[in-house]
Amino acid sequence: MSNSTDFLLALEGVTVSFDGFKAVNDLNLYIDKGELRVIIGPNGAGKTTVLDLICGRTRVSGGSIKFKDQEITGLKEHEIVRRGIGRKFQTPSIYEDLTVFENLELSIPRGRNVVGALFWQRSEEVVERVHQIAKMIFLFDFLSRSAETLSHGQKQWLEIGMLLIQDPELLMLDEPVAGMSVSERAKTAELLNEIIKHRSVIVIEHDMKFVESIAHRVTVLHQGKILAEGDMDTIQHDPKVKEVYLGH
Amino acid sequence: MWNPTNKKLDLELVGFALIALLILVVLPLSVDAFRLNLVGKYLTYAFVAVGLVLCWGYTGILSLGQGVFFGLGGYCMAMFLKLEASSVANTKIQSTPGIPDFMDWNQLTELPFFWVPFKSLPFALFAVIAVPAIAAFILSFAMFKRRVGGVYFAIITQAVAAVLTILIIGRQGYTGGINGITDLRTLLGWDIRTDGAKYILYFVCCVLLLGSMFLARFVLSSKLGRLLVAIRDKEDRVRFSGYSVGDFKIFIFCLASAIAAVGGAMFSLQVGFMSPSFVGIVPSIEMVIFCAVGGRHSLVGAVIGTLIVNWAKTSFSETFPELWLFAMGGLFIAVVLAFPRGLAGLFTDQILPLIKRVGMRTGALPKPAPAE
Repeated sequence: MSNSTDFLLALEGVTVSFDGFKAVNDLNLYIDKGELRVIIGPNGAGKTTVLDLICGRTRVSGGSIKFKDQEITGLKEHEIVRRGIGRKFQTPSIYEDLTVFENLELSIPRGRNVVGALFWQRSEEVVERVHQIAKMIFLFDFLSRSAETLSHGQKQWLEIGMLLIQDPELLMLDEPVAGMSVSERAKTAELLNEIIKHRSVIVIEHDMKFVESIAHRVTVLHQGKILAEGDMDTIQHDPKVKEVYLGH
Repeated sequence: MWNPTNKKLDLELVGFALIALLILVVLPLSVDAFRLNLVGKYLTYAFVAVGLVLCWGYTGILSLGQGVFFGLGGYCMAMFLKLEASSVANTKIQSTPGIPDFMDWNQLTELPFFWVPFKSLPFALFAVIAVPAIAAFILSFAMFKRRVGGVYFAIITQAVAAVLTILIIGRQGYTGGINGITDLRTLLGWDIRTDGAKYILYFVCCVLLLGSMFLARFVLSSKLGRLLVAIRDKEDRVRFSGYSVGDFKIFIFCLASAIAAVGGAMFSLQVGFMSPSFVGIVPSIEMVIFCAVGGRHSLVGAVIGTLIVNWAKTSFSETFPELWLFAMGGLFIAVVLAFPRGLAGLFTDQILPLIKRVGMRTGALPKPAPAE
């Protein structure tokens, strides 16, 4: 593979081992600009680990991860975020003791150092931006509510909103519809289809119906390796994938 | 503009005003000079409690070694005062006149190099803040950049408190040993042992404490204050929102330590000595208890808690000296089990709604706006 590519994100030969166990093994993964990629795979396939590697939470044992043609392995988490990669965790990860407004305000990508945060002003512009995002994530009426009082689905949306307000070029979502009701799932799919218009998104998901409703390209991981890659239809009829999912 | 924190902070201002009224007017008018000096001593611990609200209550960093910073601030002040008290005229019976008495007893014949700058008051005042802040920076940089937190951090701060105590006691020629630095007399020729001086120092202490409380309030009501709560809540989310979490923890820990150090310096001035018994593990934990009893999420609560616990300690140990430690332990258990948010939490959760209900019934208070 050439050194200069059009890919937004390129993982090449990425390996990570925990005490000899290779959770991710020689993985190559390329994400285009504006692409929505869904990663599926059985439990323990290394899906969440891949996201951890990209956002710097886990260090690679070997290989390279390039974002916009720049190596990001070895950068600190917050530096990777500042390059334009946002990450949503599997369980809703929000600030329960703060209001929905404050949750979103803290996620605005300005005033990120000590001095900036100390003298931060809540300008009209900030309020407008928070309102705009709150409308997108269906939480405009809940702005002054403490985040701990939200339902599980609303917490998931709030976390997505906290990422949207950062306007990342690459958004990574780990099981965004886990624990959501049917109607919440539909709304989330609608939200995701809105979000991906302006950026690349990687989604990890178990729920096949949901995957069908959003997927462009699907990557199937198994035992830290790519088992299959392609559109939803191809994947569903791939004999190897069937075997992994239906048992040996 | 819509601001969700306004109401709570206004209540805090009322609390500040009440504390100011209590310590600046009520107490000076109602107690004698000896008791007022005791209150002044308690107030120096309140600086530490205010710092603990910042780093423990809001950020979730429990430090069991705040006595280190209180002590370093106190020692910096005491070193200046001791040098002034050790003029050649005052110490002419020593074998080496002009050095502090404990150095002479330990066969030192000249002033150690690190004591020399403390002959200057501006340097000593600078050192009161700078030395503890730098110590706090080194400790917190080493810990928080490596993501050591929670109980491990608490244990390490405790170890530091133990180490510093042992160091001070062991090097008595340089530090005054277990007795500490005693017999402090004058500040630029002004005798700090007279009742008049103690009155003035008491008010200086009050003003500095109120200043620290306003500084803490400013920090907590800024976006940085909300970030601290966010770090306490979900550190990873803050990190993955593009913040360098370690920087914020280091900042707040250094600020808390610098505030504690001001208290230590005021202690040396008001009480007239500084010793390792205010540096070690026991005083450090006691200071955490002051803060916990008052309410670690409330600046007002922390100050009130410090005053109440110390007042109880003094009156209790005057009558039953051996029972005090049990009472203290019992108090801490009671706080943890019965009211984890301290007296301040008790007030906002129980007493305030009661006042509102009564007020509404009698029509004295306007009805609150309906909740959204």
